[in-house]
Amino acid sequence: MTATTVEAPPAPPAPARSQRLRDPAFWADWAALVGLIGLTIVFQALNSTFLSYGNVQSILVAAAILIILSIGQTFTIATGGIDLSVASVMTFAACAFGWAFTQGWALPLCMVLAVVTGLVFGAVNGALIAKGRIPDFVVTLGSLSAASGLALILADGKPTTVISPFLLKFSTRGIGLFGWTFLLAVVIAVITHVVLFNTRFGTHVLAAGGSPEAATATGISTARIKIAVYTVSGVLAGLSGILLVARIGASSPAADTTMTLNTVAAVVLGGVSLLGGRATIVGPVLGALVLTVLVNGLTLVGVSQFYQPLAVGIVVVLAALLMRFQK
Amino acid sequence: MTENTQNAGGEPILSLRGINKSFGAVHVLKDVGLDAWAGKVTALVGDNGAGKSTFVKGIAGIYAFDSGEYRFEGKTVTVNHPKQSAALGIEVVYQDLALCDNLDVVQNMFLGREMRSGLTLNETAMERRAQETLAGLSVRTLKSVRQKVSSLSGGQRQTVAIAKSVLWNSKLVILDEPTAALGVAQTEQVLQLVRRLADNGLAVILISHNMNDVLRVADSVCALYLGRTAAQIDARSTSTTQIVELITSGRSGDLGLPPALAQEAVA
Repeated sequence: MTATTVEAPPAPPAPARSQRLRDPAFWADWAALVGLIGLTIVFQALNSTFLSYGNVQSILVAAAILIILSIGQTFTIATGGIDLSVASVMTFAACAFGWAFTQGWALPLCMVLAVVTGLVFGAVNGALIAKGRIPDFVVTLGSLSAASGLALILADGKPTTVISPFLLKFSTRGIGLFGWTFLLAVVIAVITHVVLFNTRFGTHVLAAGGSPEAATATGISTARIKIAVYTVSGVLAGLSGILLVARIGASSPAADTTMTLNTVAAVVLGGVSLLGGRATIVGPVLGALVLTVLVNGLTLVGVSQFYQPLAVGIVVVLAALLMRFQK
Repeated sequence: MTENTQNAGGEPILSLRGINKSFGAVHVLKDVGLDAWAGKVTALVGDNGAGKSTFVKGIAGIYAFDSGEYRFEGKTVTVNHPKQSAALGIEVVYQDLALCDNLDVVQNMFLGREMRSGLTLNETAMERRAQETLAGLSVRTLKSVRQKVSSLSGGQRQTVAIAKSVLWNSKLVILDEPTAALGVAQTEQVLQLVRRLADNGLAVILISHNMNDVLRVADSVCALYLGRTAAQIDARSTSTTQIVELITSGRSGDLGLPPALAQEAVA
């Protein structure tokens, strides 16, 4: 009995490359990269300055905030949730930074305050979702409003100028083609990639998102995972608040509503399943680049700003359609 | 009960006597008993509602028994929590399998108990252990331990779930209807695997509805009838007819519950 084994049927031969290219699942997985290359070709054809050193540099810097926020969003979406408050929390963190700066706090302390603000908001989001058993989008929709309101209250509705040589250098300088803010986004992407794929926490995030019942049966606390991913999203939103201040030289309580939708768009473009359990970091980073390139290119070829949200909307819905072919 | 336990093949690793469990007014388990031996497959059979699931969940510590003696490796133990049964070396493979479709075989086998080197996962060590465990069970049906569970067949999933349960030096593995949703060939694979677990020295409790499966792999058969142990008998000295009688009426010839008890249970 012990000697008998049941042999597997012979494995089907690996599909040839041409076959793979005809498989819609392949395109769904690589939607963001394909979109990025496609857009680059189109815009370069329409305007030869598109791929100029200066423009590429500015695209990368402009993409930094969206990349960081999208990474945070990826973690919440990987558990089957969504964080609609990322942009508002970023705005509030920026206002907290501005408030501390005018109070005469040292720059590092202002930065810490911004990150802690994001952390607290994220942890509260997560706790309400996990312990309060309220659907993710309801909680974060509430925090969207709450954070915008708090930003207005704290800043008294007015922008605060933040003049700091360090922040100015941080947002305008860099190494060659790559601005410091973009490099920061890349570092965060590398770290979060390792966290998602090479740590116990990352495996549990994917398990909790893919099949919460099985995860719970194995002894994983899905409540703790939820709190953790929203905290990650909050911390990255707080960090983005610092980048926002550095970028515009001021903290403004004006809500940036399109930013939240763009993070979801980047995540969807990146091939991350909105149902949870299936995520990458590379995908959303490329997705964020696609959206930034789209806006930059449309401006460069002289399309009115009013068309940009429309274009983003079309791209996202197309990407979502393509997602249906994912295996 | 004792007189019905005919196959005294050495000391049982798990021995339960006089187990009672009620949910409110409903007395689900009445003086239930069961023995399981290392190296043997003990089948737990019974009709729907006979109390099999409650019994197994009690053994696993998901429910606490109200009364009765729970002996494991000769010592009386208290098991009120799944962690306590796991610490004793008892693993349960539930019918719904508790596998994450979106993760691969290794990730699933180690889920919640991942091996680490420093802060990151020790993928090589986990992969090796997974392969060793599968090889130890002579499982050759998996192409790769890095396959996603969603790409596996029902039989392969069952195999992974069983392999996961033996990964932790477990001593007793309880399988809840492992062949329920499988086709003929896959049922065959899983039954061979069940037999191999016992041949490797583990105690196995197999819950099944299928008498053919039971008689093919079991060494001992414990039949529950309306919350009571009808009898635990040696599988070699029994037949499908006898087991079916025990399941449906609690009695078979001079085996099983006394007529009064069998009647009372129905009333």
